[in-house]
Amino acid sequence: MKKIMAIVRPNKLEVIKEALDDIGCSSLTVMEVKGRGRQKGITEVYRGREYAIDLLPKLEIHIVVPDNVASKVVDTIAKAAHTGEIGDGKIFIMNVEQVVRIRTGERDHDAI
Amino acid sequence: MVTAVLSSGDTAWMLMSTALVMLMTIPGLALFYAGLVKKETVLNTIFLSFSAYAVVSIIWFAYGYPMVFGPDVHGFIGVPGDFFFHNVVESNTLVGSIPTSVYAAYQMTFAAIAVALISGAIIGRMKFGAWMLFIPLWATFVYLPVAHWVWGGGWLAQLGVLDWAGGTVVHINSGVAALALILVLKGRKERSLLPHQLGYAIIGAGLLWFGWFGFNAGSALSAGQLAGSAFIVTNTSAAAAMLSWMLIEYLRFGKATMLGAASGIVAGLVAITPAAGFVNIPAAIVIGFVTSLVSYTAISYIKPRLGYDDALDVFGVHGFSGIWGALATGIFASPLINAAGAGLAYGNPAQLGIQAVAVAATFAYSFVATLIIAKVIDLTIGLRVTAEQEVQGLDQALHDESAYHI
Repeated sequence: MKKIMAIVRPNKLEVIKEALDDIGCSSLTVMEVKGRGRQKGITEVYRGREYAIDLLPKLEIHIVVPDNVASKVVDTIAKAAHTGEIGDGKIFIMNVEQVVRIRTGERDHDAI
Repeated sequence: MVTAVLSSGDTAWMLMSTALVMLMTIPGLALFYAGLVKKETVLNTIFLSFSAYAVVSIIWFAYGYPMVFGPDVHGFIGVPGDFFFHNVVESNTLVGSIPTSVYAAYQMTFAAIAVALISGAIIGRMKFGAWMLFIPLWATFVYLPVAHWVWGGGWLAQLGVLDWAGGTVVHINSGVAALALILVLKGRKERSLLPHQLGYAIIGAGLLWFGWFGFNAGSALSAGQLAGSAFIVTNTSAAAAMLSWMLIEYLRFGKATMLGAASGIVAGLVAITPAAGFVNIPAAIVIGFVTSLVSYTAISYIKPRLGYDDALDVFGVHGFSGIWGALATGIFASPLINAAGAGLAYGNPAQLGIQAVAVAATFAYSFVATLIIAKVIDLTIGLRVTAEQEVQGLDQALHDESAYHI
């Protein structure tokens, strides 16, 4: 099993959810996060003074899926979240050892 | 002898104007300031304006009104009397064509906003109790005398100063007081202006623009030609100043900002305040256009160079634009608009000199008297919160509440 952790633009969430629905992968968890990448944030000006806004708001989407669909999910998110401009975000994929569904006690593949 | 007659039209407009000026302070000014501060100090910032309004409301009718408009003592102050408005309403007197009660209520809203304006400079670091003490002291010992000098038949009025709606009395007075207070209070640990919710500030600026029609057109004290004239030049100056601030930012950074536009609006409204009942539309455009240059320079160049921490630029906007407006009144006042005043441009250069005297006198008195009040509070109950409270944010530290639970 793989956990897919995607950091994306907040305003891309709806498009990403629709794209994931289309491939039958609707379970996900979303967190509001802040971060910076290679571009190191942006500059804003208030009353003539410049401020470096170095942590920008992003959404972090967590999805756990069976190994064989992981790359399809990653491609779907990458395509939906893409604008081609700086700040589109990143996707991380990692192994998951165990999954438990709390309501039923099911384990692993049955639980995701 | 002409008997004064009550005009219901004038009275209706003045009741409306009183409510409009009240709206400028709460919530207009409170929101304008609150949007610009960090989210841990929002309620305290709003509270400063609300408490100023409430305290001045009581003081004004307890003893304040006669100290401005009562019988003159050596040009300096009115004779206190008629405490708690004793027998004033009962005797059915008029000021011009409106009841004395309406005139007094209208003037009360000016005293209230003058105090509330000062709060923008001190946000994030002043004890709430110190502010609650500052309000009556400043209103009594600074606002009442200066208002008497200019509007109550005091020495500046006798000299012939032109101040339509409070360029000296309200704006220079509170702008300079803000400077004096922060010199004693000292700067914040973190001197930034990062608005937590610019939307509040924009709603506040809109309410200020709207309410300012009561401030300036209301100062005609009647619903006639002068009110209309003051109304249109007020709007024109605000618009010109907004566009001029946008232009300055565009030339400097390549982009205009909404906060800059809102700041320009306020600067334009401040500058036209002393001039509103005396000048025509072309003069209002010049006054508005120039005032953004003046206040922008004060905020971007003079403030960082001199190092005072005027958090939300009360001195920069109200002090500097107030001074420009007071002087501009001495230049552009047209006897064709209002027979009461002619400026330099209409062959009366002496008026500019009188305006300069009024500016200098208001500046000096407000600065010194406020400095003394601030020192007294600092040496008794203390002006400043602890460093820990300042870092934590004043909403929780001083009020046990938070603006946001999300």
